[in-house]
Amino acid sequence: MKLLTHNMLSSRCIKGVSVGYPLKISAKNVRLVNCDFDTDFTVRIIQKLDWNALWEAAESVGHADDIPKNLSDIDDYDKNDEFLRKVHHVVLEVEVIEGELECPETGRKFPIEDGVPNMLLNEDEV
Amino acid sequence: MARRPEHLAPPEIFYGVDESRKYTSNSRMIDIQLTMSERAVELMALPEDRHCLLLDLGCGSGLSGSVLEEHGHTWVGVDISKAMLDVARDREVEGDLLLGDLGQGLPFRAGAFDGAISISALQWLCNADKAGHKPAKRLLAFFSSLYASLSRGSRAVLQFYPENNQQTELVMAQATRAGFFGGLVIDFPHSTKAKKVFLVLMTGGAQALPQALGTGASEQEEDQVGYSSERVRGKPQRFQRKGLKNSRDWVQEKKERRRRQGKQTANDSKYSARRRCGKF
Repeated sequence: MKLLTHNMLSSRCIKGVSVGYPLKISAKNVRLVNCDFDTDFTVRIIQKLDWNALWEAAESVGHADDIPKNLSDIDDYDKNDEFLRKVHHVVLEVEVIEGELECPETGRKFPIEDGVPNMLLNEDEV
Repeated sequence: MARRPEHLAPPEIFYGVDESRKYTSNSRMIDIQLTMSERAVELMALPEDRHCLLLDLGCGSGLSGSVLEEHGHTWVGVDISKAMLDVARDREVEGDLLLGDLGQGLPFRAGAFDGAISISALQWLCNADKAGHKPAKRLLAFFSSLYASLSRGSRAVLQFYPENNQQTELVMAQATRAGFFGGLVIDFPHSTKAKKVFLVLMTGGAQALPQALGTGASEQEEDQVGYSSERVRGKPQRFQRKGLKNSRDWVQEKKERRRRQGKQTANDSKYSARRRCGKF
């Protein structure tokens, strides 16, 4: 699971959960992959990302050094190639292979096996 | 009546190891999946040359995802079958995969994606596989969570095999209740085999539906009842004799019929329906 996907994931589907975001990551195994860099895509993705959630996720997998805690610390990020490449690396090239996601409201755990988070719910949870 | 896979077993069991293997080895299945995915991408009408973040619902072994990759998009796939996702991982697709049940709603936050495609997955939601399953409720949960996770003005294109009219109506009704505009685009409606049903859903207000393949605008006019001030003389068309077998007219008519059904047909030329000379 890439951190981009994690940034979009929520546990809203569980009964009684209103926001369910962001899910906490506890990673056991993290892998780095290669992915082509695209400036326009990265700029548009940054507009969509929830920066706090991304920073927390990056910190929990040990890649928070690359990006600032607040997006407002960077002026004109869409022209800063070095910064965009770092964001691209954190968002698309860091993959959680084994670990767990945890719902912030109910504490329900979703296991990640072979890089695939298991988001299946039991019948009584929906 | 042909057996439908969704009547045999729930998807997570039907798409086990054996069935999943077919999606890497059976070239006919792969071909059909790829063609339908190409068409779905076309119907999604994304802005040209833009790298988008897309959703693949019921991604299975990631065949439709690889089509998205070819178009230069990043995608996230959701499927309920572990075995299919294993195949996708072995194929080393670039997209990210999630194990999830579409009928429980999509686990994404609002406005996350620029579009969604789904190839042959929706009909599985119309079945109640467990005692607690209510198809109408599951479809609504699916469509409303899909509506929320798409950004405004984007489209979802869902190809599916409706079993009957009631099923199509149920799907359409739940999609409308969830807030979607849109409707069905049926390619090659005259053919049983090439016929493909696409549900094109739009989030940003009512827009014109794209044109289906295999039905030209002129053909649509033919379907309507025409008006003529002159009385038709002679026999009605259905009693007219067909052209003599193997004659040029007969061949022409047969070719027309094949074209209407979307099958591969040789081009017309001055040699059409001519006999070969007797020499070997």
